[in-house]
Amino acid sequence: MIAFDYIRPADETAALHAATERPGARFIAGGTNLLDLMKLGIERPRYLVDIGALDLREVTETSEGGLRIGALVTNAALAAHPLVRQRYPVLSQAILAGASGQLRNKATTGGNLLQRTRCYFFYDPASPCNKREPGAGCSAIGGFNRIMAILGTSAHCIASHPSDMAVAMRALDARVETRLPDGQTSSRTLEALYRLPGETPHVDHRLAPGELITAVVLPPPPAGRQSYRKVRDRASYAFALVSVAAVVSMREGRITEATLAFGGVGTMPWRNRKAEALLIGQAPSAALFERCADAVLAEATGHGGNDFKIPLLRRTLVASLAKLTGGEP
Amino acid sequence: MTDVSVKMDAPFEQSLLDRSPVPTIGKEIARIDGPRKVSGAARYAAEHFPDGVVHGVLLRAPVGCGRITAVDATAALAMPGVLAVIRDERMIRNAGDFGGDAAPVQGVDEVAYFGQPIGLVVADSLERARAASLCVRVSFESAPGVFDMMAARDSALPPTDDIFGLFLIHTEQGDVERAAGEAKFLVDTIWETPSQNHAAMEPHASVAIWQEGRLTLHGSYQSPVVTRDQLATVMGLPPSQVRVLSPFVGGGFGGKLGVMPEAVAAAIAAQQLGRPVKVVMSRQQVFETTGRRPMTHQRVRLGANRDGRLTLVQHETITDQLEGEVFFEPAGLATHLLYAGENRMVDHKVVRTNKQLAVSMRAPGEAVGLLTLECAMDELAERLGLDPIELRLLNEPETHPEMDVPFSSRALVDCFRQGAARFGWETRNTRPGQMRDGDWLIGQGVAAAARGNLFGPSRVRATIQGDGRVLVETEMTDIGTGTYTILAQIAADLLGMPLEQVEVRLGDTNDPRSAGSGGSWGATTSGSALYAACAELRARLAAAAGVPVEAVTLANGVLTAPGISRPISELVGNGLSVEGATEPGESNQRFNQTSYGAHFCEVRVHAVTGEVRVLRWTSVFAAGRILNLQTAISQAIGGVVFGIGGALTEELVHDPRTGKIVNRDLGEYHVPAHADIPAIDIQFLEERDPVANPLHAKGVGELGVCGAGAAVANAVYNATGVRVRQFPITLDKLLPGLPPVAG
Ligand SMILES: Cc1cc2nc3c(=O)[nH]c(=O)nc-3n(C[C@H](O)[C@H](O)[C@H](O)COP(=O)(O)OP(=O)(O)OC[C@H]3O[C@@H](n4cnc5c(N)ncnc54)[C@H](O)[C@@H]3O)c2cc1C
Ligand code: SF4
Repeated sequence: MIAFDYIRPADETAALHAATERPGARFIAGGTNLLDLMKLGIERPRYLVDIGALDLREVTETSEGGLRIGALVTNAALAAHPLVRQRYPVLSQAILAGASGQLRNKATTGGNLLQRTRCYFFYDPASPCNKREPGAGCSAIGGFNRIMAILGTSAHCIASHPSDMAVAMRALDARVETRLPDGQTSSRTLEALYRLPGETPHVDHRLAPGELITAVVLPPPPAGRQSYRKVRDRASYAFALVSVAAVVSMREGRITEATLAFGGVGTMPWRNRKAEALLIGQAPSAALFERCADAVLAEATGHGGNDFKIPLLRRTLVASLAKLTGGEP
Repeated sequence: MTDVSVKMDAPFEQSLLDRSPVPTIGKEIARIDGPRKVSGAARYAAEHFPDGVVHGVLLRAPVGCGRITAVDATAALAMPGVLAVIRDERMIRNAGDFGGDAAPVQGVDEVAYFGQPIGLVVADSLERARAASLCVRVSFESAPGVFDMMAARDSALPPTDDIFGLFLIHTEQGDVERAAGEAKFLVDTIWETPSQNHAAMEPHASVAIWQEGRLTLHGSYQSPVVTRDQLATVMGLPPSQVRVLSPFVGGGFGGKLGVMPEAVAAAIAAQQLGRPVKVVMSRQQVFETTGRRPMTHQRVRLGANRDGRLTLVQHETITDQLEGEVFFEPAGLATHLLYAGENRMVDHKVVRTNKQLAVSMRAPGEAVGLLTLECAMDELAERLGLDPIELRLLNEPETHPEMDVPFSSRALVDCFRQGAARFGWETRNTRPGQMRDGDWLIGQGVAAAARGNLFGPSRVRATIQGDGRVLVETEMTDIGTGTYTILAQIAADLLGMPLEQVEVRLGDTNDPRSAGSGGSWGATTSGSALYAACAELRARLAAAAGVPVEAVTLANGVLTAPGISRPISELVGNGLSVEGATEPGESNQRFNQTSYGAHFCEVRVHAVTGEVRVLRWTSVFAAGRILNLQTAISQAIGGVVFGIGGALTEELVHDPRTGKIVNRDLGEYHVPAHADIPAIDIQFLEERDPVANPLHAKGVGELGVCGAGAAVANAVYNATGVRVRQFPITLDKLLPGLPPVAG
């Protein structure tokens, strides 16, 4: 870990001020991702702004009937929150499918959204990696790439986004609220939060330097059934190879609403509105689900070691849809 | 200095352990070092903080094969708290061997594998040393290396050394080609097993302290004395000038046998700086530089008659190792003796690769050899239309099928029979892919376990002190296995002392030299040396009491014999001390000594995704006398977990382009998590092996892993009808064979 200065401001204004006052400043929340990366010399912030003392730990109902989740609400607290469990089970399930009990106690909502990829080569300074060092090359392309993405990749980076929580939030149409250094607030969807790697894979997201995530806002709970299905190499404590967050509602034997989001396969938490639209107004059937999977996978590319994610995503999606639209509750 | 020794030239018919009036041996006794461990009073290597200690971080070679041409430490040395960047020709490339006092390859310029230690950065804190290590600039010339063993298979050659005759390189009898041609049923299969890391919980760590030209090292080692001897050679010191202490070791599994680079680097730095130096490896360094189980490519060819009798048993293994190193994975070890069959061939070859040292890992040989042999047997049973247990019973040999020697004890058949009853084998699924529970396909599998029992030289000092308390001292280690407890039990039972009156001191090279922890021989060799010492103490107590030793009973601190009853403490004066020893004798050659077992496993495999989950487990073992049921069960469970990991999740991946380890942390090198492991039912059969040693016990520590993975693999096949021959069985390999998803 390279030497750094550390400050723990008492409120948002002070935190925002601190984060812009010096170059190389970084927020730190639970530290479960940032500290690991600092120890390996991959992240080298000069100035750590610990936001742990900020008043961002509440989960409150919004006037529209949704939820506002403070950026410092821990993953453990959020998954266990009664309103989340009742109204947004997909989110609770997704969080509980991630990391370990100890990590979830420490990890925060804001930190989880901005955790960096788990690409093996990103984690080793001795491997060329465009995300770590722009222009260095990508070790995953042509290398061991079992866990990499099949959607949203570029010739410069194929790293998958690791979060489970963010996948469920994307399916729930969550919005991320931030405050900018000048005190302005902004609100954006997850789609607008993240970036595809393109030619600049070192930039993961669209937040401005010093921009602080203050909350995630969930719209009122969607109608219908929700599920999060995570497929991984061991029963716990492993990132998703493929995950499917699905919210589907039916009336009179037809699908009326459907949102689907995918983890482990995209360079950001993935969604495909065309594929969702195919389902609307249709009676559930294997053929329909296969068509939906065709649409999701239309632009999927395997890189050898991760080719299996294509059939795996198809199968997991079809089975999830069958479950959610099937007879049993 | 040794007063008495046992040499196993003939069976040791009467064990005093069968005569203790208040036995603790065989019972479930909680480990006596437990309270110290949970309270933090047990100090592990890195928990030593001598005055003035500073911290070292190893520098890694950033190339898989080549030469370091320059190291620029200017920036690092200018950082706060940084004391030195040391590159010393005495530093070692990799771990030492599991025995002997030879120095490993030394030097810091020639690079044989990616991540090889090439120096040490020392600073006044770990954080500062680590930061500085990131700022050292290393220049190198790279040379073409061999990183892909499978691609380089054609260059395989016979190993150069048979490891004291323990690893048979090549054996052959009958005519295997003819047998293959004539076999009515033939299974000819190719298997691959990956490199694995021991992944012990405690990372490798050393604290080196020099005082008046003598070196003391607190280290995490399975055999402190081997570490000491090698360290002494490396440093150019007589062994008497070096002391290594490893009283507590947080797991080893073969990964902490010889001296490691961190110990040498700490010793050199401490010498140069004139103050104690601590070097603790990061988890990434443990993966990169300590050692691995090598990968294997195995051919298993089995031939049988119509009645199921084997006519051909053939097992050829190719494995990989660094140039110049002697260890190889003896995957055919159990194949020599597990089943009958006239025509046989076992062969091993080695490809030289540029990957970190290949070393012993829990049950070297059997762990990956039985994985494949026992799967091939399953395939043969299916071909024959026989129950897999039936096939094994049909091929149970009377004597060793390759050498003309009897088995000292062999209860494999009983293990199968009792295990089958316990597990409910009768009600299993007999047609692959036919048992389903909702989304899950259910299957059952079985496999045999076998692990050779070894006996070597070991020494232990036992003292009855003036106050009647007993002290047991030996350089032997407890690597989580239970040595403290079983040695205390043996002394308590043989000297008639309550367990609480016995103190055991381990892991100090100043104490009598042991065989160390490894090869499942620790308990039996150090236990037998202690047995010898205690038997002699009994004789001396009897003499002091003036009665014949045969007439004596020792219990609760009191010696009784007809007409006499005396507290033992009254008979010892200021204390009685005896050093006992073991020597291997002819019994090793006159008998084959092996522990056996049978594993039964039920898995479910998700029909949509191919995820495998182990649902149910039973293992039945026969390993001679069980010294402590609780620690033995713990060892067995740990072994089974190793087997499950080997079958399903563990794979150390080297980048074939660079030789660099891709998954060098516990987030991506997948040992099983708790959620992967069901309740594991273990039973030990009542058995005594007088040939093995005076304890009548055989090795337990590695037995659990032997064959366990094959039971899993056979269950996966039974569930799905998909046979995966490239371990681990990850879901991507099952996916193509799974049923279509019903919409
Ligand atoms: C072994 C392991 C396994 C894991 N497995 C999983 C898994 O299966 N699924 C999964 O989803 N996750 C997994 N995780 C990741 C874990 O969820 C993240 O590490 C955690 O959510 C990060 O949260 P944090 O608060 O600790 O973030 P930090 O480490 O504190 O910060 C992460 C990043 O977010 C930034 N940041 C934090 N808060 C804010 C804010 N309010 N505004 C702006 N920027 C901010 C920081 O500057 C930093 O760049 C795993 C982690 C580990 C170590
Ligand atoms: S996939 Fe992306 S993160 Fe991984 S090595 Fe390539 S550029 Fe780096």
